[in-house]
Amino acid sequence: MQQLLQQFINGITIGSFYALVALGYTMVYGVLKLINFAHGDLFMWGAYIGLTGLSALVALLAQGGPAIIAPVAVIVMVTIALFGVLIERVAYRPLRSAGRLAPVISALGAAFILESLARNIYGASWKTYPPGLVPAGKVALVGGVRISIMQVLVLVVSFLLMALLYLFVYRTRIGTAMRAVSLDHEVSRLMGIDVDGIIATVFLIGPGLGGLAGMIVALYYGSFDFTLGWVFGLKAFISAILGGIGNIPGAMLGGMILGIIETLGAGYVSPQWKDVIAYVILILILIFRPTGLLGERVAEKL
Amino acid sequence: MGNLMARLRRIPLAWQVGLLALAILLPLPLNDYYRAVLWRTGIYAILGLSLNIIVGYAGLFQLGHAAFYALGAYTSALLNLHFHIPLVLTWPISILVAAFFGYLISRPILHLRGDYLCIVTIAFGEVVRLALVNNIFGITGGANGLSGIDQTVLFGLTLRTPLHHYYLVLFFLVLTLFAVRRLENSRLGRAWMYVREDETAAEAMGIDTTWAKLLAFVLGSGWAGLAGALYVARIPVVSPDLARFIESVVMFCIVVLGGTGSIPGVFVGTLGMITLPEIFRFLKTWRDAWMGVAMVAMMIARPEGLWPSRRIRMEIREEE
Repeated sequence: MQQLLQQFINGITIGSFYALVALGYTMVYGVLKLINFAHGDLFMWGAYIGLTGLSALVALLAQGGPAIIAPVAVIVMVTIALFGVLIERVAYRPLRSAGRLAPVISALGAAFILESLARNIYGASWKTYPPGLVPAGKVALVGGVRISIMQVLVLVVSFLLMALLYLFVYRTRIGTAMRAVSLDHEVSRLMGIDVDGIIATVFLIGPGLGGLAGMIVALYYGSFDFTLGWVFGLKAFISAILGGIGNIPGAMLGGMILGIIETLGAGYVSPQWKDVIAYVILILILIFRPTGLLGERVAEKL
Repeated sequence: MGNLMARLRRIPLAWQVGLLALAILLPLPLNDYYRAVLWRTGIYAILGLSLNIIVGYAGLFQLGHAAFYALGAYTSALLNLHFHIPLVLTWPISILVAAFFGYLISRPILHLRGDYLCIVTIAFGEVVRLALVNNIFGITGGANGLSGIDQTVLFGLTLRTPLHHYYLVLFFLVLTLFAVRRLENSRLGRAWMYVREDETAAEAMGIDTTWAKLLAFVLGSGWAGLAGALYVARIPVVSPDLARFIESVVMFCIVVLGGTGSIPGVFVGTLGMITLPEIFRFLKTWRDAWMGVAMVAMMIARPEGLWPSRRIRMEIREEE
């Protein structure tokens, strides 16, 4: 029981990473009906920009500590958000009216450019974050279950961000416009919504969150390499599908469920097969319930 | 009119003979390195032509083709290692095994379209790769793969040099070309293109669309299995790297960037994706980036590919 609870907490931690990244997939899918393959690599770039920022600050101030995480996090979010907007402008906007498969190929292309750039600029070796940024202690919960300070931080930050995003999308004018655009571009334009502006906003928010998630993941695991984006991106995408793509609460739910299933699978079945479990979930969902758990859209429509 | 048609048909024949002669003579003045590059080009051209059946003719987005290439290679290697079957005799079995897996995998997902099919095939490809890495049933040798495979003996001749293997691959490439040309103009080939353009209309015309799509997957996958077996014929080591996602993307790019559904397009694609990066090594470190740039730029500027089939170009240009 204690082990189960412990696995559960680890699962929620990993699930909240998936959820943060899945939000980017699902928001872009909502407004453009496009699987943004580049999103996983934007997330990976978040980890690299975070590395550069943290290392520079540690070297500059000659001291580590939790205080320097926040400014670097802001830098990461802004940089990756700008990357996202740039990619939308260069690789997706010219293909807005070109059917649905040309943008997918373009997105794959953008993903390869980002990955190759990271590998050639930062090198193929594993990178480690400066140590001691987050205190290493653990907090004991009921029943002997322990949660690390890092996990508390991860959970607080991601739940806060998800709550903010939820409020933004469902309670503000821009959020309402965003949901309108995801229903119909033409009608939204007739209603006076700046569709291109809304799409650009989505490409600011999605990659911004994804980039921050990249930095948090790198902080959590301590080290990473350029393949981070591919594996994590695919898992996050699976989360988005699982929850129902295009659906924002669905992405959060899907991420949590996938994180928990994967951790339990790794703990009780076999750690080697945990990725396979995720892929099999994806295949089963697409075969039997392509709308996902909360989705209202039919996935197979072209 | 009849005269014109006859002339149109005659010109390609002269071209065909000329190109075949060129393909036979080309490696002779080259050293072993470039002969090996040509061999690799041939393997990927076969892979491209096989994927072209699925992506080009039937319009199904398969992004896990490398899995079947790996399945063919592993089948050949395992039969040779455990049962000491001569490699040549394993080739038909490689084709059958890859085709069978093509059937198993595609059967439940045929109703998915476009980008969703893409994602499922990626997931299937990764499942195959991870199964090989995790040493499934204890026979695939894990991440290191299998080694110690025999040399190929063909009618008493042991194939040793890259030149031998180049000619072997060339033989199968010509065979493949002949087969896909026949397929393209067959009843089935026309059914595929109909399905690709408008599935509902195809169905209304009495085409069994599920059957047509299934056949495309089975034939394409089986032929990728042959390419895997031909790989083992020269390289006596197989590893799960054969099934990596990037391999599938390279094959996909060969088809899409060369010109979807076009046979010359596959060769243009192979040249750009395989041959040039092998010759110019600096391209190799940046190959992924250059592939990415090519994908984005082509989709914006020339979505029908570098050397498109006439039919596809007309279709794409008409929409504008």
